[in-house]
Amino acid sequence: MTFAQAQHGFLSPTGVEIAFLLVGLVTLGAALITVTTRQLVHAALWLVVALGGLAVEYLLLTAEFIAWVQVLIYVGSVVVLLLFGLMLTKAPIGHSPDADSGNRWAALTVAVAAAVALVWVVTDAFRTTWLDLDGPAAGTTAVTGASLFRHWVLPFEALSVLLLAALVGAIVLSRKARADEAAAPAAPAKEGVR
Amino acid sequence: MNGALDVALRLLVVFVVFLTFPLIVGQTEHKVMAHMQGRLGPMYAGGFHGWAQLIADGVKFAQKEDVVPAGADRRVFQLAPAVALLPYLLVLLAIPIGPSEGAVGQVLDAGVFFVLAVMGVGVLGSLMAGWASANKFSLLGGLRTAAQLLAYELPMLLAAASVAMAAGTVSLPGILHSFHWWWVPWQIVGAVVFFVAGLAELQRPPFDMPVADSEIIFGAYTEYTGLRFALFLLAEYAGIVVLCGLTTVLFLGGWHGPWGADGLGWVWTLLKAAVLAFLVIWLRVTYPRLREDQLQKLSWTLLVPLSLAQIALTGIVKVVIS
Repeated sequence: MTFAQAQHGFLSPTGVEIAFLLVGLVTLGAALITVTTRQLVHAALWLVVALGGLAVEYLLLTAEFIAWVQVLIYVGSVVVLLLFGLMLTKAPIGHSPDADSGNRWAALTVAVAAAVALVWVVTDAFRTTWLDLDGPAAGTTAVTGASLFRHWVLPFEALSVLLLAALVGAIVLSRKARADEAAAPAAPAKEGVR
Repeated sequence: MNGALDVALRLLVVFVVFLTFPLIVGQTEHKVMAHMQGRLGPMYAGGFHGWAQLIADGVKFAQKEDVVPAGADRRVFQLAPAVALLPYLLVLLAIPIGPSEGAVGQVLDAGVFFVLAVMGVGVLGSLMAGWASANKFSLLGGLRTAAQLLAYELPMLLAAASVAMAAGTVSLPGILHSFHWWWVPWQIVGAVVFFVAGLAELQRPPFDMPVADSEIIFGAYTEYTGLRFALFLLAEYAGIVVLCGLTTVLFLGGWHGPWGADGLGWVWTLLKAAVLAFLVIWLRVTYPRLREDQLQKLSWTLLVPLSLAQIALTGIVKVVIS
């Protein structure tokens, strides 16, 4: 990132800035539909649009690696897992009558508060930082890797330990469930013999 | 050359490859399967050994009525084939077939990630089709597709990561530029894992549980007719082309070969990919369909540990030689 205070105004946007804004609007719209639609599977599909829009934003900021990882993890795996879960619940075609939440006003308050806090912090922190889009890409795989393993090693390792704990926890939970299952069918089998 | 013209020409070439190569693989499949089973296969369409059979099939598909079931979710149902097909077109853009700058649609910095990410998106098409058809066989097919993708995405990624580690780059031409012949024995386990996981992701036999015709009719594609069904078929064969091309580039050295280093590298790429495509067809004729539990077991208890072992081996060798 370069620090160039001069000649950056908001009144004469470049093509990339306009594209960034438009994609951002599409992403925001898709995200809004995701949380307001009454059709469960449509919500998951709109989530694909929102997450994909985010990936395009990363691309526009020249962070190619982050963009593809975003697609790979969120669109390729998380949404597939979501759809898998929805199919198991026999999500109906058309409106789901119970796809509504009683605490929507509380959710709206939290969402707006979080958005305001984030926007405020980010604009305050990066007000004078400008990304030089014409120079060498600031988000190539090499740059990302170097900064991740040079400056951010400790958070990275902490996150890995967290994920490992989650993995182990999932395995423990599923094993316990299986043990209960194995114990349960034993009783009806005896009844069947009788 | 003019920049815009150059881009247009590249896109055109990739598009033509996208339209022709899957048909060539499909026709080869017709003939190879037939001869392996002691038949002749298509012989009449087009005259010489039925070469125009798939074109005739395409004309037939185009003439059929486009039916959307009354209970289906119309928009999602109609969108699904495009979501299934387009990712493979995008992936083809990134696969280099020769050493020169002009032999790849678009050089990407994080090519391996791009390719795997976009291929994963294609499965969303099957899931959308499975849910939107309002048919329990389709829903079952969609469920099986999702379960299969979740199981096989991980070993595929790990195997690709092993090659990226060996090459020290995640760009596809970059990997090929640092390729040496001894990488083939070094990465052979990763290659097998990648290829098998890729077959499973494409739902090709013996991993065709999601479309198992003898139990759930045709899985997620049961309700589709006409052109939309043809698009799903095209996606399957485009997937074969992409998988074989990727395996060639990542594990078999792409354009490298004993001779023809200057100018003829693309012949090697195509030759290796063609041999792999033949292997895909051969496997279809040879092996019976795996059961759902066998599918999951193969991935989690065999492919994932193998790919982890491959990564460990890659790391050790990399440290020793550097």
